[in-house]
Amino acid sequence: MPAEKTKSLSEVRKGEQAIIEAFDEENMPVKMLEMGLLPGNIVTVKQIAILNGPLHIEVGGYDLALRKDEASHVIVRIIEPNTISS
Amino acid sequence: MKVALVGNPNTGKTSLFNRLTGLNQKVGNYQGVTVDSKAGQIRLENGDKLTLIDLPGTYSLHATSLDEEIVTEALTNPSFKDHPDAVVVVADAANLKRNLLLFTQVLDLGFPVVLVLNMMDEASKKGLDIDIKGLEDHFNVPIVPFNARKGKGVKELKKSLEAVTKRSKSASIFDPSEEFGSFADDASRLLGVDSAYASWLLAVSLHNRTIPESTRSKLKLLLKEHDLIPRRAQVKETISRYRYIDEVLNRFVSKTGEITKGNTDLLDKIFTHKILGFLIFFAILALTFQAVFSWASWPMDMIELFFANLSTWVIDILPQGPLAELIADGLIPGLAGVLVFIPQITILFAFIALLEETGYMSRVVFLMDSSMRKFGMNGRSVVPLLSGMACAIPAVMATRSINNWKERLTTILVTPFMTCSARLPVYTILIALVVPSTKVLGFLNLQGLVLMGLYVFGFVMAVTSSLVFSRVLKSSHKGYLIMEMPTYKLPQGRNVGLTIVEKVKSFVMSAGKIILSISMILWVLANYGPEERRENAITEIQQAATAENWSPEEVESKLAAADLENSYIGIFGKAIEPAIRPLGYDWKIGIALISSFAAREVFVGTMATIYAISDPDNESRIKDQMKADINPLTGDRTFSFAVAMSLLIFYALAMQCMSTIAVVYRETKSWSWPILQFVFMTGLAYILSFIVYQVLK
Repeated sequence: MPAEKTKSLSEVRKGEQAIIEAFDEENMPVKMLEMGLLPGNIVTVKQIAILNGPLHIEVGGYDLALRKDEASHVIVRIIEPNTISS
Repeated sequence: MKVALVGNPNTGKTSLFNRLTGLNQKVGNYQGVTVDSKAGQIRLENGDKLTLIDLPGTYSLHATSLDEEIVTEALTNPSFKDHPDAVVVVADAANLKRNLLLFTQVLDLGFPVVLVLNMMDEASKKGLDIDIKGLEDHFNVPIVPFNARKGKGVKELKKSLEAVTKRSKSASIFDPSEEFGSFADDASRLLGVDSAYASWLLAVSLHNRTIPESTRSKLKLLLKEHDLIPRRAQVKETISRYRYIDEVLNRFVSKTGEITKGNTDLLDKIFTHKILGFLIFFAILALTFQAVFSWASWPMDMIELFFANLSTWVIDILPQGPLAELIADGLIPGLAGVLVFIPQITILFAFIALLEETGYMSRVVFLMDSSMRKFGMNGRSVVPLLSGMACAIPAVMATRSINNWKERLTTILVTPFMTCSARLPVYTILIALVVPSTKVLGFLNLQGLVLMGLYVFGFVMAVTSSLVFSRVLKSSHKGYLIMEMPTYKLPQGRNVGLTIVEKVKSFVMSAGKIILSISMILWVLANYGPEERRENAITEIQQAATAENWSPEEVESKLAAADLENSYIGIFGKAIEPAIRPLGYDWKIGIALISSFAAREVFVGTMATIYAISDPDNESRIKDQMKADINPLTGDRTFSFAVAMSLLIFYALAMQCMSTIAVVYRETKSWSWPILQFVFMTGLAYILSFIVYQVLK
């Protein structure tokens, strides 16, 4: 059984995959939705820039960069590597 | 007929626009905002002529930046200058889902639409099979597969534009009154807009500047009555549209082939690497810097030489008199002062366009964002700041890629602190005057160290002022960064070329006019003065010459000096002397300061004229003269160590460049920003130079 972990996208580590569960709608720029960060989509964190810099993620087949502030509005569940293969 | 080109950024929209219009483009600007408008004429096969308008790229009609507001305004306001009769939506076929969001919004506005599916090759690389016929029937819209890089699809697109306005309107996808009931109808009545979706767009965007204040407050009441929060309403609409798009894509797009991964992931591992990424970035910078400095110097010399010869030729061919002098010494050098920047602008923008075209620029933004943010700027500020070390003019123009207005303005305001190449001749001569050429630590030249120190000083002042400006400036848009990282692509020569042509043209046309007029005014002021004063001075010199038996050369140089001293600019220099005396300057330096406002490097030439040296190219003689000159007021050397240091600080900080002021005005479309910048920079220069002189003297 995979462990269920909900956290904000800003806490996801480099190389991890997560599925978008929900948003903090109050403070989130609508632009994030418009650019394809939608519930149910799978996000891969590809790189995190140094000095607490932006995240480089892949979502819905293309790459985005967003700051940690923006990423903290996205609530995700980590997909354990073994659940992808099974 | 007007047709607007609308699409997400990075969809190849501008490539398509370039394909269709070629050099037949006109760049203008929308009144009151800092957004360029681009329009071009095209002729259809049936003989019809239409105007194609390239609107800024956007992901949605719910605008979050000035650029995006223009798109929404152009499409929703019938009295807007570029309100189109039909719309071409350009979509990236490989990212259809996100691109269709904007498409469905445009459809709901009721425009006749043609959908262009660009980058079909990338879609098939991703293994996507798109049923174009099915989508056409579903949306009741002609769809044109396109390859903007190769120009495939141009004919088909033109054909579909012929009959575009005759098509029947398709059913709406998102119906505001269905989702939000009477609010949508009430808002529509209040705003007096015909289209239901257009009024909805206006109703949920409260900062829209086109809504009159009285209507706005009524709208706020209406929102309260219906318990609606605009942002929530936008979120609801977006999610509802995506749900619809998912259904459509499930029906008409299938994943068949294998996904062939491009090189992008591999390249990103290198280019955004925590160490390697920065090394590569700094190497590219060094190359750009090198190119702007050394490759441009040869054509710049050629331009200067050409205009110098032109001046001589004009003097020879025209009858002697004020007209010939005005043309040869005022107009032609003024023109040269404008055109001499073209090589630097060309090279710089070639590099920037290449970095943009390949998709590398967004990686630079990614790398540098957090460090630049600490100073109130943005990852995108890096390029302008570094360009500023060549010349502030193209650097200020390069800030356009910063989409947050406050961060862009901050960058524009601080960029002129970076040590531009025009300061270099001034620094060189002043350092040579007062800094000994001794070795430090056995191998470093002290003069070189001081020069490097001045470059560092410029950069430190830029980032410090940025901190100040970012605290003071107000912004209506909250700053955030959500940026697409496009796949790496080979650059297209056509797009790079057109970018350069556009930048050079706009520089010559607008900044050029101001530089030219200022240098003409300076020439007149330096060559004319009250007749009586000048005649008296001339008589005095002639008497002294006969009494003391001066050589003809000596007489000539004394006459030239007297001419300047009694010209309007000389009188002005004397008049401002009390103001600059606390900084250690005499009236002659005052003249150099004033004439430096045309361009900083004028300092050397002015000094040469002032010391009445017939050959301004002979730097060593100017230096000797400057070294020997005694200030009659202090009895000390005019260029003592304290004066030279104070002058160096002044030139490092003061806004002494007409061209930069002109270009800041052009880019901010307001006089208040260049004036603020001028007062801030020159005020800072005055205060620090004062302190330096008073401490050192």
